[in-house]
Amino acid sequence: MSAGTPSSSNTDHDQAAQQRRRYEELLREAESIKGVSLWQDAWRRLRRNRAAMISLGFLVLMSVSAVLTPLAPLQSPMASDLKNRQLKPPTLAAQTLTVGEQSLTDALQKFRAEINALKQEIASAEGEQKASLIKEVAERERRNHPYAALWHHPGFITSRLIDLRMMLFGNYSIPSICGSDGLGRDVLSRLFWGARVSLIVGIVGTAVSLLIGVSYGATAGYCGGWVDNAMMRFVDVLYSVPFIFVVIFLITILSQDDIKREYLEPYGIDQIMIFYVVIGAIYWLTMSRVVRGQVMSLKHEQFVDAARTTGAGGMRIIFRHLVPNVMGVVIVYLSLTIPAVMLFEAFLSFLGLGVSPPDVSWGLLINEGVQVITPIRTFWWLVLFPGLTLTLTLFALNFLGDGLRDALDPRMKNR
Amino acid sequence: MAAFLLKRFLWMVLTLWIVFTVTFFLMRAVPGGPFDGEKQLSPAIKRNIEKRYHFDDPLAVQYLDNLRRAAMFDFGPSLKLEDYTVNEVIAEGFPISASLGIFAMVFALTLGTTAGIVSAIKRHSAYDVGFMILATVGVAVPNFVLASLAVVVFVFQVHLFPAAGWGTVRQLILPALCLGAPFAGYIARLTRTGMLEVMGLDYIRTAYAKGLSHRRVVLRHALKGAITPVISYLGPATAGILTGSLVLERIFAIPGMGSHFIEAATQRDYPLAMGVTLVYTFLLFFMNTLVDVSYALIDPRIKLG
Repeated sequence: MSAGTPSSSNTDHDQAAQQRRRYEELLREAESIKGVSLWQDAWRRLRRNRAAMISLGFLVLMSVSAVLTPLAPLQSPMASDLKNRQLKPPTLAAQTLTVGEQSLTDALQKFRAEINALKQEIASAEGEQKASLIKEVAERERRNHPYAALWHHPGFITSRLIDLRMMLFGNYSIPSICGSDGLGRDVLSRLFWGARVSLIVGIVGTAVSLLIGVSYGATAGYCGGWVDNAMMRFVDVLYSVPFIFVVIFLITILSQDDIKREYLEPYGIDQIMIFYVVIGAIYWLTMSRVVRGQVMSLKHEQFVDAARTTGAGGMRIIFRHLVPNVMGVVIVYLSLTIPAVMLFEAFLSFLGLGVSPPDVSWGLLINEGVQVITPIRTFWWLVLFPGLTLTLTLFALNFLGDGLRDALDPRMKNR
Repeated sequence: MAAFLLKRFLWMVLTLWIVFTVTFFLMRAVPGGPFDGEKQLSPAIKRNIEKRYHFDDPLAVQYLDNLRRAAMFDFGPSLKLEDYTVNEVIAEGFPISASLGIFAMVFALTLGTTAGIVSAIKRHSAYDVGFMILATVGVAVPNFVLASLAVVVFVFQVHLFPAAGWGTVRQLILPALCLGAPFAGYIARLTRTGMLEVMGLDYIRTAYAKGLSHRRVVLRHALKGAITPVISYLGPATAGILTGSLVLERIFAIPGMGSHFIEAATQRDYPLAMGVTLVYTFLLFFMNTLVDVSYALIDPRIKLG
């Protein structure tokens, strides 16, 4: 405070050094205190919630195994064997991959030899003959490849993953520990392949609903006045529409063969993609309400005025300044939407209106299980395992959602 | 109140009109009409039939014509069920679906509120933990998984209930329980939270101070304050029960409206699908309005707007 009356230049110097030391100490102290961001704080609280963390682990594990399914030594999800394996209960009997009578490795070898022979022919052939040979090779690659029969024409990446699996495990595959279904297909492998569809529907459908809900809600909340009024009245009306019926209509219409051929296939849209969009498009209502409420309470804050004075336009304010600030609420709501969307997919597939064979999803598997129930015999493994998988996933999502809600609750800050 | 109801009525008409319009054009977007089947009709006969049913009119004329009839509750004959008008199909299916839904709802409400109250009063006891685990399971297990497992266990292993069909009370119990279970779980959680909040308030202490019995305080005073979240949940619950009954009617082969709707949609029975969709829209709207009204009746602070 008081620099002191300088009695001599020496004490002056001392005082300056002392002050300097004090500042340095203050600086060190300040450096040792870290600011805690909202996300760090939330993560810290989430980590203490055991149920949420177990759920998170389970979901991560499930997603990773869904992505890497082609790599796992599973049986083919499609190869049926009506004679020997129809509706067999869970078993530990070894099972190898076969195409017809021969093992998959043999079939692959034979197929590759054929292709190589053709390729050599191409090298020596010329002109028109060459072109037709090239076409034939492509055709054979597509149709006669041993993978095509076992994995329903896998895409490029999936095929390479299966290649890797063949290198690692050969023809070995895990026995049918979850039994086999009415066509003699392995339930375990179908569960894994179904997980891919179910999880993708959950993620893509939710992303669509996020996109629509956040933009719609933020626009309504920011504009206010009659725009807000009209937009929210519209949401009110949509709330009382029983959407499931409209969706069922839409899906039956779009899954008709001539519609598919004429309108969808030329643009490379398949049914499952429409399905994602339709599901996403009906789950945005609550999201938009929540976001609108948040934006309305935020739009008179100073940071919005500050942004406006720097010349930011309406769109920029909404998407750069307001939307990031409502992310906490949005994430909590997202964790509720994902299970809802997955459940809806399972529900529709169960009714036979969602994913259609040869694609697999959990809802479809449960439906297949229910179809073969007869008074004489119940094939419990066909209902239990898919039902259990779906339920556990929904459970985990619910727990994680609860955990996130508690963790992101601003009233809990630094506690 | 009257103004509120009138306003709601107008909104309902608007909603029904939107649903009607969307459904109408969706249905007409499908190539191939109800008369295209495996058995090809000769073109001339088909033309005559289409003329009879006005399928050859311009779309706008058909639309207005249909709208006028629908406004007078005339949805015409079903195109797939012989000798039935849509109204008759609905008249047959509706009581079945309604009794299933009401049964499920009553079950969900009684079990849910009871479990919630007990859990809240005996907090941290074995009852509380047990009920809340059950409630979490009930909320997370999808009703069709529950129903499928229930069929496997209670019908074919234990032979407690008949497999399917409709008509006796025993046939009603299992589907209604499966339909109501998720909602019972959710209601139990809502009631518990509400009760815990209310039991700490001053007016409960006052009630005890007046010398009222524990039972009376809980049931007459606390419950009234705690029940509002449950009431507002009844709207979404109705929507859930409507959709849930689609699968349960299918699993248990119950000839209600849900079964008819799925049939109609996949068989392109336009008038029937339209009729059922409109009935469901009306039901949903009606229940939502009822919820709002009862909300205002229970909590005098809430004004109907």
